[in-house]
Amino acid sequence: MFATALSAPFWPLPLHRRLGSIAERSKQLVARLGLTNEDLCELMEAIAARKDRQAFSQLFAFFAPRVKGFGIRRGVDPAAAEEIAQEALLAVWRKAETFDRTKASVATWVFTIVRNKHIDLFRRHAYPEVDIEELAETADDAAPADRALASAQDGSAVREAMRNLPAEQLLILQKAFYEDKSHRTIADELGLPLGTVKSRIRLALARMRGALPEAVHDHD
Amino acid sequence: MITTDPSLQSVPIAHHPDPAVLLAYSAGTLCESVALAIACHASICRGCRDEIERLNTVGGAMISEASPAALGDDALNRVLARLDEPVPPAPLAPHLDAETRTVVPGPLQRYLSCSLSTLPWHRIGRSLEEARLPLSGSGVKTALVRIKPGRSVPRHSHAGLEYTLVLAGGYQDNGEDFRRGDYAEFDSSHEHQPVADADGGCLCLVILDAPLRLSGWLGRLINPFLRV
Repeated sequence: MFATALSAPFWPLPLHRRLGSIAERSKQLVARLGLTNEDLCELMEAIAARKDRQAFSQLFAFFAPRVKGFGIRRGVDPAAAEEIAQEALLAVWRKAETFDRTKASVATWVFTIVRNKHIDLFRRHAYPEVDIEELAETADDAAPADRALASAQDGSAVREAMRNLPAEQLLILQKAFYEDKSHRTIADELGLPLGTVKSRIRLALARMRGALPEAVHDHD
Repeated sequence: MITTDPSLQSVPIAHHPDPAVLLAYSAGTLCESVALAIACHASICRGCRDEIERLNTVGGAMISEASPAALGDDALNRVLARLDEPVPPAPLAPHLDAETRTVVPGPLQRYLSCSLSTLPWHRIGRSLEEARLPLSGSGVKTALVRIKPGRSVPRHSHAGLEYTLVLAGGYQDNGEDFRRGDYAEFDSSHEHQPVADADGGCLCLVILDAPLRLSGWLGRLINPFLRV
């Protein structure tokens, strides 16, 4: 994976940047190997605040190959996956002002854009999105602790929980995200009753909510 | 007339989509109509919105951890060249009156050409009115349905699936109450007869992925006229 990242082309830099310090260069190298959510947030905010093309180029270098890889994993042919990657990153540039680091991690936000581009391209309709403005006026019964967890997260707790999911739960999430399969199709493929697939999804969600201790496994 | 009394909205939502459906929403697997129903429910229901957000985080992690695939040499330059292109203007939103903006969740407002009161409502029998919505998907019918106060939908089952989301008022079905934000999914094994609240009737978003099958002798007479 690092080999691919390293072989990505250098983006065109202005002269003073091209002659920039070694530190600057190594920072860029690090950028292509891995960026924390904090780094990605700063890039997003530079794009939103001052249309920073350098920041965009770094974000592109990080996400575009991954978005293309994600598309290919989803069974999209490489040319279409590349088109989606370019369209998605263009949308990232255009929508940068709507990114809010207190609401979601950059990867999560980019994921929703990528998902919507997949649907645009293959199904020719816009994907109906949740209206987050609406909730302020509406009473509901979610536990306050739950709410705080969801709104304060940068996703790291959820990602951590995801890494610790039992394999049989993770497999179902992967089939949904990577293979675009419904729970009915997944149940058929795995030869499991629909109820078992549903209960695994429910357990995975509970774990990501922090509602279940690590040691609890589901019973079939 | 549909009741839009805000006090009705403070009743907690009792009926939520199955987590499997939230997963399908997040992953982008649902058809446009069902995705719309879920987006509307989650716009009203904080708990389901948080679940979707957590699932989106899983999607984000899958992108972060996807094996990178090399792009064409000029990919970045091609995108950089497009950054200053004018953004296509968003389609002009029709003016919606205050009642419509209160009752209809944001994701659904985008599919309305006019306010609720001026939609082309079609009467179906004596208890129902429906206004179809322009969504993709052949064989799927998506409509706003009004049930008159105290009236019932004829007892029926489904060849496929029926999805309903209550937007205003409420109904009773098999001894359970459904109010604003409540989401229900019925399959072919389920025969039911929803009865609208006596005081305000009910407004629902309804999705049918196959024609209704009415039960009883009257139903058998009417069935040939009901088409998705």
